[in-house]
Amino acid sequence: MATFQSGLYYSESHEYVRVEGEFGYIGISDYAQHALGNVVYVDMPEVDDEVTAGEEFGAVESVKAASDLIAPVSGTVVEVNEALEDEPELLNKDAFANWIIKVELSDKSELDNLMDVEAYKAHCE
Amino acid sequence: MEKKTCLYDRHVALGALMSPFGGFIMPIQYSNITDEHNAVRQHCGVFDVSHMGEVRITGPDAERYVQHIFTNDVAGAPIGQIYYGMMCYPDGGTVDDLLVYKMGDNDFFLVINAANIDKDVAWMQEHTEGFDIVLDHQSEYYGQLAVQGPEAEAVVEEVLGLPCKELKFYTAKVAPLSSPEGDTDLSSTANKATEAPSGAVGGAAAPIIISRTGYTGEDGFEIYGSHAFTQQCWDKLIESGRCKPCGLGCRDTLRFEVGLPLYGDELSADISPVMAGLSIFVKLDKEEFIGKEALAEQKANGVARRLVGIELADKAIPRHGYAVLTPEGEPVGEVTTGYHCLSVDKSVCMALVKTEHAKLGTELLVQIRKKTFPGVVVKKKFYDKHYKK
Repeated sequence: MATFQSGLYYSESHEYVRVEGEFGYIGISDYAQHALGNVVYVDMPEVDDEVTAGEEFGAVESVKAASDLIAPVSGTVVEVNEALEDEPELLNKDAFANWIIKVELSDKSELDNLMDVEAYKAHCE
Repeated sequence: MEKKTCLYDRHVALGALMSPFGGFIMPIQYSNITDEHNAVRQHCGVFDVSHMGEVRITGPDAERYVQHIFTNDVAGAPIGQIYYGMMCYPDGGTVDDLLVYKMGDNDFFLVINAANIDKDVAWMQEHTEGFDIVLDHQSEYYGQLAVQGPEAEAVVEEVLGLPCKELKFYTAKVAPLSSPEGDTDLSSTANKATEAPSGAVGGAAAPIIISRTGYTGEDGFEIYGSHAFTQQCWDKLIESGRCKPCGLGCRDTLRFEVGLPLYGDELSADISPVMAGLSIFVKLDKEEFIGKEALAEQKANGVARRLVGIELADKAIPRHGYAVLTPEGEPVGEVTTGYHCLSVDKSVCMALVKTEHAKLGTELLVQIRKKTFPGVVVKKKFYDKHYKK
């Protein structure tokens, strides 16, 4: 069964943002990793790339298919989770602990367009 | 509305992820693709392949008819022999790839792809003129299981009680067997498709066909029988715990790794067997068959595009339809199937590329989303088959 974590902002396409100060850690939800199955590759942007809310910034590949990653918020990539390059299956082990990119948020008001955990739970049902 | 196989309820009860495939709603995976893939490579897995289509050709001209529509050569075959080959259009494009079982003199059992059943049967019927045959479409009658993996022989013998040890690669028998030799008259299974199944596993009246064939690159068997028989076999196999239920997800990764084509990816109306590197199954020394002239011309003069394997240096995964480019960026083809190959831990694909870029060792790029990734042309077999011949 999928688990849900409170305190995060969720998008309809199953990405989350964990906000720490001016920064946001973006990853995929536990519900999303369940639906994908074995993750075998994570296609990530590079540091200093700009991501735009609602636009694709990479992909998560399971054995069977590639799923686009859609940025829930806009910002500049300041870090990518390099551990996922060698161990993409970390997303299956703990999707919330293993964020994909860290961005410097360019517009915090975009967070208002995202769901809290209760709304996201309802979205997944 | 997709059709259901006779095992649909069992798949749902096992918690399978169900998805449309070839006009059927089929199990893609039960646990996960990697575990199921490895079960087949290392032990044993069972697949519901009841979606496959079956056609029986009998009558005085049955052999001549099969020779006419089929690229391989079945002339003088011993009873029980199975042939892989294609039906082609006059221009050499592929109608479908299929197995032809010789069940008796002028008695053949054809196994076709689920997605192509309607098209294939129509194609066959369009070409019966001048042949004294009975074409019996039996897809509705037969269920089919594929038991695959190094332990398949023991599982089929011990769990299902179906003798199969003596079966050679690409041969078939009816079960129960009246004789351990391969000369059993398999014709007894002809035209039984409308009869009620006997109910008992291996019951004498049930037309059961077992062959040493598969689509995984491992030893294994394919077992055709009534829906009731198929359900009983499935239950026994699952209850035994010796055979993992496997979905179409790993069926695709398994066949891909050993370079077996899938109609729709590596073969199509636009991709001839010669382009796909399957000329060995096209017998141009046969007197006549549909597509022969075009395929002979392709063989003699070469084809514009060929199917190749490409191995990537990176872990990014090429998928069906992605563009293949030269190092200078000129588009020269596209990916037909690609995976991060589970048995060898590499990202590889099969791709149809312009022939001048098809030589082994040629450097190419594959466009994966916004980036291109360097690759090199390799043999389109990424893992060695382990058949028991």
